[in-house]
Amino acid sequence: MKQRIHPLLVAFAVLVFFFLLGPLVIILGSAVSDTSYLTFPPQGLTLRWFSNIFEISAFVRTMKTSFLLAVGGTALSMAIGIPAAYALARFRFQLPAFLGNIYVLPILIPEIVLGFSLMKTVAIGADVPIMLALLLGHALIVLPYCVRVVGASLNSFDFSIEEAAVSLGCPRWKAFFTVVLPNVRAGIIAGFILAFITSLNDVSVSIFLTGPGVSTLPIQLLAHMEQFFDPTIASVSVLLMGVTVAVMAIVERTLGLTFLTK
Amino acid sequence: MPRKLRPWLLSAPALLLVLLFLGLPVLSTLATTFGDPKGPLAQYATFFNSRFRMTVLWRTMEVALITTAVSVVVGFITAWVVAQAPARVKSLLIIAAVFPLLTGVVVRSFAWLVILGKNGILNDFLLWIGVISEPLTMLYTKGSVIVAMIYLFVPLMILTLVGVLEGIPQDLTDAAASLGAKPGAAFRQVVLPLAVPGLIVGSVLVFTGSFTSYATPQLLGGEGQMMMGTFLYQRAMVTFDWVGASTIAAVMVVVTLTTVLIMSKIARRVNPMAG
Repeated sequence: MKQRIHPLLVAFAVLVFFFLLGPLVIILGSAVSDTSYLTFPPQGLTLRWFSNIFEISAFVRTMKTSFLLAVGGTALSMAIGIPAAYALARFRFQLPAFLGNIYVLPILIPEIVLGFSLMKTVAIGADVPIMLALLLGHALIVLPYCVRVVGASLNSFDFSIEEAAVSLGCPRWKAFFTVVLPNVRAGIIAGFILAFITSLNDVSVSIFLTGPGVSTLPIQLLAHMEQFFDPTIASVSVLLMGVTVAVMAIVERTLGLTFLTK
Repeated sequence: MPRKLRPWLLSAPALLLVLLFLGLPVLSTLATTFGDPKGPLAQYATFFNSRFRMTVLWRTMEVALITTAVSVVVGFITAWVVAQAPARVKSLLIIAAVFPLLTGVVVRSFAWLVILGKNGILNDFLLWIGVISEPLTMLYTKGSVIVAMIYLFVPLMILTLVGVLEGIPQDLTDAAASLGAKPGAAFRQVVLPLAVPGLIVGSVLVFTGSFTSYATPQLLGGEGQMMMGTFLYQRAMVTFDWVGASTIAAVMVVVTLTTVLIMSKIARRVNPMAG
């Protein structure tokens, strides 16, 4: 659909993009400001707030936790989500239609309700170690991404290729790993990376499952913000934006960013 | 493995994760709300008779509805412009919308803390140009929560609608034009009806997302502008009133699920492409 659009609408859209990107530019600017308070435009240029991140042990510790959690939770979710997505695509007529909806429940149920319920029933009720409860919670919230994104790739996969391999004597499990998986690699990588960033940024589930011993980076940031207001928070934010850029580059190279408009 | 069981065996681990660690815990949360000795609905009577709780509920509704309405209008106009843009510009604009979307809620809310604070950038600027003589209190108001919420959800709306608008075949608007429809009429009678299902999907995502948000009202609203998410957290982790927290959780689940169910039904009914 291509039409000529009114210049006023274009001007409006330009303003919207200023509104969307401006605040992030402000964070970037205040992270390099040579002042002990947050200000924009930056006064002087310094990278000391970035090195300051590594002076604060809580940030270093939670960064590690968040990274491990995002990788572990996503890996777990993929390990069980890929077979589920495969079953949905391959045995479409043998499985009930509502099955696909079960995997998106973690999106449908408010995350904060899930976090509270996990804390109450799993972490305290069943006495599951906090790190394991966090891992399960994160695996849950990213499961819809794993099943959906991999599923989208599987839906355009021609299963007769797999059948050909099997009819030529290849065992089913081997056909799955050597024929099916390589063909949906783009979907797996994109799904993994989108799940990873979702887990890395999570607040609503983690907030209930963190305490004095274990915390994640976003929760630590929240706590830090309520006490201090120095450019260190801005510099951690910039690091996180760097991760976002890397994530976007990977999605662009696999499924393309326009995948996110579908 | 047996042929018939294969699909189920492959689905089992994912199903178990959802049923054991989402289904069971959430159901148990909902169940505790009916266990009051004064009667199964006593907790709900307390909730709906409490002026404070109702204020929080209505405030959350109001913030979520305003956020949704503004996001729909802003998102639709922007998506319309993006969809018409030449390919190269379009991909840049999509990048510009995806970037904030994939940046965390904490980082994006923090930006507004810096902008709207007493010594924040906006106050500095307004003082400097002389519009105001004393810094305004913008933080910890309903307005600051709404602005940050709109900021949070506009990218989601834009991306949802760009996909929808791109999916409308050029032939349809061409046909309308060749039959003598002015651009305005073609837009109202062809494009808009076809975009309605997408607008509904986008609105549901924004409404449920803002209705259940935690980090943004926590950072920008504080105690004074408590919303359902922050209220649930406060009940559960500050006053340790788990039954009260569960009741808040149940109200949140009911509101979001009914919204999703009703709106998706409407979306299906009004979809002209569904015939």
